Amino acid sequence: MQQNSTTLSFGEIGLFFLSGSTLLYGLVAASRRVDPVMEIHGYLIAIISLVAIFLLAARATKADRAQQDNEPYNMDVVKAGAIASTFWGVVGFAVGLVIALQLAFPSLNFDTAYLNFGRLRPLHTSAVIFAFGGNILIMTSFFVVQKTCKARLAGDIAPWFVFWGYQIFIVMAATGYLIGGTQSKEYAEPEWYVDLWLTLVWVTYLLVFLFTLFKRKEPHIYVANWFYLAFIVTVAMLHLINNAGIPVSFFGSKSYGLFAGTQDAMTQWWYAHNAVGFFLTAGFLAIMYYFIPKRANRPIYSYRLSIIHFWALIFLYIWAGPHHLHYTALPDWAQTLGMTFSIMLWMPSWGGMINGMMTLSGAWDKLRTDPVLRMMVVSTAFYGMSTFEGPLMSIKAVNSLSHYTDWTIGHVHSGALGWVAYISFGALYCIVPWLWKKEGLYSNKLVNWHFWISTLGILLYICAMWVSGIMQGLMWRAYDQYGFLEYSFIESVEAMHPYYFIRALGGLLFVLGSLIMAYNLWKTVKSGASVVTPQPSKAPTLRQGEAA
Amino acid sequence: MSDKDKPVIDEYSGVETTGHDWDGIQELNNPLPRWWLWSFYACILWAIVYWIFMPSWPLVQDYTRGALGYSQRTVVTNQLAALAEARADLGKKLLANEPEKIVHDKGLLEFAYAAGKTAFADNCAGCHGSGAGGAKGYPNLNDDDWLWGGSLEAIETSIRFGIRATHEETRFSDMPAFGVDELLEKEEISTLVTYLQGLSGQPITEPEVLEAGKLLFADNCASCHGDDAKGNREQGAPNLTDAIWLFGKDKKTIYETVHTGREGMMPAWDGRLDPVTIRALAVFIHTRGGGE
Repeated sequence: MQQNSTTLSFGEIGLFFLSGSTLLYGLVAASRRVDPVMEIHGYLIAIISLVAIFLLAARATKADRAQQDNEPYNMDVVKAGAIASTFWGVVGFAVGLVIALQLAFPSLNFDTAYLNFGRLRPLHTSAVIFAFGGNILIMTSFFVVQKTCKARLAGDIAPWFVFWGYQIFIVMAATGYLIGGTQSKEYAEPEWYVDLWLTLVWVTYLLVFLFTLFKRKEPHIYVANWFYLAFIVTVAMLHLINNAGIPVSFFGSKSYGLFAGTQDAMTQWWYAHNAVGFFLTAGFLAIMYYFIPKRANRPIYSYRLSIIHFWALIFLYIWAGPHHLHYTALPDWAQTLGMTFSIMLWMPSWGGMINGMMTLSGAWDKLRTDPVLRMMVVSTAFYGMSTFEGPLMSIKAVNSLSHYTDWTIGHVHSGALGWVAYISFGALYCIVPWLWKKEGLYSNKLVNWHFWISTLGILLYICAMWVSGIMQGLMWRAYDQYGFLEYSFIESVEAMHPYYFIRALGGLLFVLGSLIMAYNLWKTVKSGASVVTPQPSKAPTLRQGEAA
Repeated sequence: MSDKDKPVIDEYSGVETTGHDWDGIQELNNPLPRWWLWSFYACILWAIVYWIFMPSWPLVQDYTRGALGYSQRTVVTNQLAALAEARADLGKKLLANEPEKIVHDKGLLEFAYAAGKTAFADNCAGCHGSGAGGAKGYPNLNDDDWLWGGSLEAIETSIRFGIRATHEETRFSDMPAFGVDELLEKEEISTLVTYLQGLSGQPITEPEVLEAGKLLFADNCASCHGDDAKGNREQGAPNLTDAIWLFGKDKKTIYETVHTGREGMMPAWDGRLDPVTIRALAVFIHTRGGGE
């Protein structure tokens, strides 16, 4: 990317053109007033485009641009990702707390459409999965791919387009939900124009990642990067197929999906289950594969296990979606395949847990002194637990009790809070001192508090959901001697109240923990003592010799 | 890094590494854990056995049906048929018997109550409340104040055909909007409201208008609610002398009732629920305390 400050790069020209087009589109869409959602979004698109043009112009006139772009690693975009992840994490957890309270106390819906559970629920799921999880994934992948390839991120402005483009996607999705724009597909609620935008961002992300791999100075590609690549490629495929649809008007927000009926249900759960598999599992396994050995300063337990479980995981996961549709109009054969592939998935999932945990051998003593490592190890334990519970719940006999109950919600959160969030917190606690070149965190004591408060929160959450879920399932299937239902639905809702309250309490503790983390990270950046080489550079003790 | 010919050994475990190094991360060359591998094989084997017995793989036109010939649809169809058969006798008896007999036949009453309770929770509780206590505009079904009659037959008719519903035989009556349609002046309505409050035993603030109210009542209301204001079940006209007011008995609400009229709606369940369920519902409601 050698250039002087007066010429624009190919990427910059492209982005000027893109921002101009979206500005024009936004203004036309807002003035057409096809529907209220697009009217508001039209203005929003126009404002964002104007800001983008302004920032691009500011960048183009900056004198030291070329020099900046020639540093060995692009860490500024990773820093931005760390800040965004922390911010969206706190927001996403807080919205989760609000909707947990709404379920316990329905009057908290305040009788307004904008704060209704139906709109806040996708706001919560999208905020935690895509805003928090997505930013963590993009941020760590940009870090890990550079470090393990010994290569600077490909592209000068492309990584920044990925970062800001993704934040724009989040803002468009979130505001859309609040003003009533949704295509009603679980975990894929944003409408067609937001989907198109994400496609653009995601393809750029894939290209940045691939080109960085191409220019690597290491002979082999590290396992974390396999997982990142599987995550990026598969999410692209899932996103494109699940969101295939036709807009009612090119200047309106509504669209019709390409699939209908059972096919639509199957496509949606194929997507949603693999969002869990490739976004929340493969992507976060990549984080695990870098940050645990790095923090423990121990070699990965088994190279062979990493190969076998990687290929088994990605081959088997993609089939398991139908287990979300047991005992529905979905044909028997599809239900069978969904269930059997879920069972076969059990060991490949556990391969990641084994590799993570066994990497600690020789470093278990560090769990006493390093709360960050403890958090990451506990996350692999939660990963192991929820990847055992998942196949269990996919068995039709179990599913006939657990389906549609809070057990599912508890299962999701033991994975989401225990595994995804904990490994993310661990990564953030590692990466912030590294990025800002600090000796260590502002306070290890606060990490300890974060760990115990949120662990208590998770346990309250999942135990409450186990009890309430199994109770729901039993109440719904209770019959009297004539075969009539013993309980009406509302009676089961009433019975849930105490558990919903406990769940909200667990959520409150989790939010508190994340606030402690945000404060700790902020103080680390602001006040920690600076060092030149922040990362542990000392490799584990190795000797050369004959094979044992 | 290291000399390529010589394996690198991890000091702690004594296991050789793969020789790779990424940003300080190495990999041990440990074999796959045996228990892990055998568990994986066992899961695959179990899946294959399951495929042999159950419907599993899609073909071009069909799918592999499995040795057990299992079909979820068949299972459900058979279960529903068995249930219908088990209930058939009691259902027939419920329809054939006179209401008085149902109430006095313990076995039949128990069956009707069970069926009615479930049907009520699924279909009626949304408006009348899960305890049938009613709400503003939705009658309490636990008391003995009936708009259209509280006998088993009358209750069943209300359920079947509904009130102001779309069914041809629906129960229908019309409380006029005296204010909106300018049948009465505002002061006249106020006078009438005071009179009605007095009728239902409420304390009143303007006893001087009672005479005028009485006249207004006789001219405008008595034709439906009766000269004695005790209501008329033929027309679903409520008794105005008791303390039970469907929409509320405070001054403002009664004024609103007279001014704008009321037309509560109860759907017709004929055709939506089968006759046995409707009969069971009638029995269930009849036995809640106010049945006549």
